[in-house]
Amino acid sequence: MTATAADVGHGYTTTGLPHRKIAIWAFIGSECMLFASLISTYLIYKGRSIAGPFPHEAWTDPSTHHVYKAILNIPVTSCSTFVLLMSSLAMVLALAAVENRDVPKHTLGDRILGSSKLWLFTTAALGATFLSFQAYEFTSFVHEGLTIRTNLFGSSFFTLTGFHGAHVTAGVLWLLTMLGIDFKRGLGPKDALNVDIMALYWHFVDVVWIAIFTLIYLIK
Amino acid sequence: MSDAHAEHAEHHPTWSTYWKVALILTVITVIEVWCYYLPAFVATPYFVPTLLILSAVKFAIVVLFYMHLKYDAKLYRVLFTGPFLVAMATIIVLMFLFGKFAIHLSLLT
Repeated sequence: MTATAADVGHGYTTTGLPHRKIAIWAFIGSECMLFASLISTYLIYKGRSIAGPFPHEAWTDPSTHHVYKAILNIPVTSCSTFVLLMSSLAMVLALAAVENRDVPKHTLGDRILGSSKLWLFTTAALGATFLSFQAYEFTSFVHEGLTIRTNLFGSSFFTLTGFHGAHVTAGVLWLLTMLGIDFKRGLGPKDALNVDIMALYWHFVDVVWIAIFTLIYLIK
Repeated sequence: MSDAHAEHAEHHPTWSTYWKVALILTVITVIEVWCYYLPAFVATPYFVPTLLILSAVKFAIVVLFYMHLKYDAKLYRVLFTGPFLVAMATIIVLMFLFGKFAIHLSLLT
């Protein structure tokens, strides 16, 4: 496919690919390196905290004799992981609905699958649910005595998961903006690129969590 | 412009593929958590590699199917894979540098 000067002027590069999609992939590449540095920091400091609470083992404070239990709550985090995975499913269904807006829908199932509003709302709701789980987790950690200043584990854990949570928050705001546009004028195939770019960002946030869940929560 | 995008979109997976992928991701997550609650398995040297492999499979499935890297232009694959490999190399090198991994030279000589 040959891109003309007019094509380039309208958002397509000489590669024949949309420059915004190239930009989001380049951005995702740079984000890989950001999260790699945060994950490295966590792994380097892992097991080097002098005082507890610790992620997987109980700890007794020698001065107060207070016993701190293992801080990570795997059942809660497993639920939030499932919620984020399902949000990715809702996101691809939203993109498919936008791309196939003009395809006639005959059955109720077709209408449900073809409703971009439903799937965008579901994705945003699942993202917000994930954030609620994270807020619950952070609050309970603070109540149990772990803050960002308590030890090396607390500092690296809150920094890493906090950065991820900030990315999810940005994603939810982006989704709600797109949902607002969908309600105002409707999203169709001409908007598919914008939704695709947002979907790529959202899935990236999901794959980062896949790595965090294994490296931080499950590996003892 | 939108024609070019529609051209790419034509090669995207179907709805049923998306549901199957979600099911596979859920099953892998259940297996991961199940492994975590098996003390006998956690104590073996296979625990960490198993979790890392399962996590890598989930990562690859999301990137290939949900992010459409399997179906999209090669340039996108290069833009993602290049920095991703640099990021992985950075993590591994830092682990060696800070003594988290060690090569026992006595075994090599």
